Amino acid sequence: MKTERIVGTAVPRKEGRDKVTGQAQYVDDIALPGMLYGATVRSRIPRGKIRKITFGEGIAWDEFVVVTAEDIPGKNCVALIGEDQPCLADGVVNHPEEPILLLAHGDRHLLPKAVKAVEVEYDPLPAVFTIEESERKATVIWGEDNTFKKYLIEKGEVDGVWEKADYIVEGEYFTGAQEQLYIENNGMIAVYDPEHGVTVWGSLQCPYYVHKALRRLFGLGEDKVRVVQTETGGAFGGKEEYPSMIAGHAALLAKKAVRPVKIIYDRMEDMVATTKRHPSRTRHLTAVSREGKILGGEIDFVVDGGAYMTLSPVVLSRGTIHAGGPYCWPSVRVRGKAVATNAPPHGAFRGFGAPQSLFAMERHMDRIAQVVGVSPVEIRKRNFLKPGLTTATEQVVREEIDLSRLLDRGLELADYAAKKERFARENAAASGETRKRKGIGIAAFLHGAGFTGSGERYLSSVVGVEATADGRVRVLVSSTEFGQGTKTVLCQIAAEALGLPYGDVEIAQPDTEEVPNSGPTVASRTVMVVGKLVQSAARGVRQTLAAEGRVGESYSREEFREACRKYVGEKGEFVSWARFEAPSGIYWDDEKYRGEAYAAYAWAVYIAEVAVDLTTYGVTVEDFVALQEVGRVLHPVLARGQIAGGVAQGIGYTLYEKVVWQNGRMQNGQMTNYIMPTSADLPEIRVYFEELGNVHGAYGAKGIGELPMDGPAPAIANAIEDALGVPINAIPVLPEDIFAAMTAAGDVPVEGRGR
Amino acid sequence: MSAGHGPVEIKLMLNGAACSVDAYPMERLLDVLRHHLGLTGTKEGCGEGECGSCSVLMDGKLVNSCLVPVLQAEGANVVTIEGLAQGEQLHALQQAFLECGGAQCGICTPGMIVAASHLLSQKAAPTLEDIREGLAGNLCRCTGYIQIIEAVAEAARRGVGR
Repeated sequence: MKTERIVGTAVPRKEGRDKVTGQAQYVDDIALPGMLYGATVRSRIPRGKIRKITFGEGIAWDEFVVVTAEDIPGKNCVALIGEDQPCLADGVVNHPEEPILLLAHGDRHLLPKAVKAVEVEYDPLPAVFTIEESERKATVIWGEDNTFKKYLIEKGEVDGVWEKADYIVEGEYFTGAQEQLYIENNGMIAVYDPEHGVTVWGSLQCPYYVHKALRRLFGLGEDKVRVVQTETGGAFGGKEEYPSMIAGHAALLAKKAVRPVKIIYDRMEDMVATTKRHPSRTRHLTAVSREGKILGGEIDFVVDGGAYMTLSPVVLSRGTIHAGGPYCWPSVRVRGKAVATNAPPHGAFRGFGAPQSLFAMERHMDRIAQVVGVSPVEIRKRNFLKPGLTTATEQVVREEIDLSRLLDRGLELADYAAKKERFARENAAASGETRKRKGIGIAAFLHGAGFTGSGERYLSSVVGVEATADGRVRVLVSSTEFGQGTKTVLCQIAAEALGLPYGDVEIAQPDTEEVPNSGPTVASRTVMVVGKLVQSAARGVRQTLAAEGRVGESYSREEFREACRKYVGEKGEFVSWARFEAPSGIYWDDEKYRGEAYAAYAWAVYIAEVAVDLTTYGVTVEDFVALQEVGRVLHPVLARGQIAGGVAQGIGYTLYEKVVWQNGRMQNGQMTNYIMPTSADLPEIRVYFEELGNVHGAYGAKGIGELPMDGPAPAIANAIEDALGVPINAIPVLPEDIFAAMTAAGDVPVEGRGR
Repeated sequence: MSAGHGPVEIKLMLNGAACSVDAYPMERLLDVLRHHLGLTGTKEGCGEGECGSCSVLMDGKLVNSCLVPVLQAEGANVVTIEGLAQGEQLHALQQAFLECGGAQCGICTPGMIVAASHLLSQKAAPTLEDIREGLAGNLCRCTGYIQIIEAVAEAARRGVGR
């Protein structure tokens, strides 16, 4: 029974008014007195030794502040998982657009010309640009064998299943890079003074990641680095790691200039130089029985990590664990590998490896269905995970999820059966005159919430809930708002737990001087993990007041205010802290990659309906049903917005967004030639929730943010195959790719035929 | 106005008030609004007229202020996001965006709301298709546009364009 007053209702977004009136302060809206503007000189080649740097003529160089690797006081790295990525190239470059040198000037209009006037001469070295070249190891560009990380998951006896199989189904699937394309480009302002150290304000997801990187770069103690998040205009993972780089650059310039320095990327710099979604290749070899039961399989998942390690090991981890989809594999061997190429490092992007491996899994399910001769619906129902069964990492499904029922509800919402039959009939009857073919496709999938395996235990997040003398409540977390509704939902949770009106709770702007480290704002963990801690800290406030007899079991808003006023008057301040504790009975083996990979999963069925125009080979998504079980929905408007937005990005990933590479550099780094969906390109995205609840999250919530990125690509590719009878095993799939696939299948009539 | 390449005085009506600013004639209207006039509600997303984040109204027409040399705004009536609310009272579109979830990260929101106000001034009772087409010049990466379209439809129902 739902008894909550605030959780589950559509309260106003905390920072909504500032956003709709244009008052919200993004980093580029802030100017400090005496501030200079910074710019970055970048590598123009994929790999080589820097022979010479010349400052060209026609520039008043004495007016510029110039920073090179030699100006770095600490270690020249962007500290993250590894420390292999330099903050500024020192003697060698390993990818196009790698930062080499920094410039600052008070007149930002003078910077582009100055950047161009810095001449860097190189001795080029051989470079690698694809997964296949990297695997060949003819040229080793990273470590001993071009490999950042490998994982192996083994369940059951895979080697014994092949002889028992009625069918062995093989498939190879590819996904391309994708640009996050937040509308606010990256930016940072830094100040430095010898006494207080470094302070940065900027557009970022993870204040404590930036904090860690700056400490290492400057060799400073934790109290000498301060990181403040400004209003952030979209992130989607794209502001998880790269802001550490820009913060370092701005701070190095500020130190040398002894002035504040602002660096704002323009769109092209942001697109070509910063991270994108990892390109991937997945190979499936699956043993299947005559009845369409999966007996076992091998899955080989490889991602292209670019030139430095950055987050590739963890992206790979999530992709590897999700590679088996929502299915029961009696036996399976999953190999994951992240390899190096001479492209800018690929990084975090909503879904974090799972959209790649789930695209392969869900395409492969349709392939298995064809081989066995059953429907896409039936093949999934025969293999779905159920409560009591185990995932590839041998995690027992404890949630009461009924995927067959979820699928049935999705089919009904999409009117699947009738449409499937009608499209098949109409496509078969279509003459040369009819240039439109229609299809409908399914994807079923899951997405684990929170950090993988022991991740949350290592993070050991802390949150605070503070009651002030005037009886207001402040939530203290490092979780950042960048559109998802962090501020709103965490305040809802605290208000609910304290029995106070939503308006009485506010949330501190993330500032490492003021908020504890509640972990990064990533991995669909904010509501589930941090939210639960906020709930617990808020209860702590309540319990403290009650234990000291200051309030009763229930109290009015006025009684609460009075109690807080007295408490703060007597003791100075009133903050209740909560630290993450791993639930008991959770087992994870980092070596064998076995156990409880995630505390909870969200489950989903997405159904896409497409029309393919055989004159232009353009694909239009005409209807989209997104049905998911995400635990308790804490804010219906925000939750629906998360799903619709994720689906839109997924449609872009599948049909429009193609990064064109040349020698490791993105060639189409503009919004004019890298195309994301507009309002005219998208269908009505119909969003539905099932709410089973979840013991691990605040008020039963699970993670939601990344889930909607996983399903659109395979659902749409399956629908295109349904329409055309041609398999689509690589995304993005643009009109020319459809044309090529149909030509290869012999389905394109020669000009004039059929008229 | 004087000849030559130095800054010139530009006079315009800005959000209903007469205003004068010294700027280079070819400076972008976007930069003049943000840097010289302190109106940072108008955002830059791409600088090449693709994303619409810098949308403002100029003599009732919707323009990308990143593509307008400020000289062209001489004598014009310019309306930015800061000109929509009446004091504390939000414009009905702003209110509808708040209620319907039309703003997530908020960076496209000022341009989107200005574009929507232009759309409703042209068509007081738009169909969903009209809204989809009418806002296609303003990119949003967060929402999938669904709740933006609903917000504009809701504002139209409340009589914004009438």
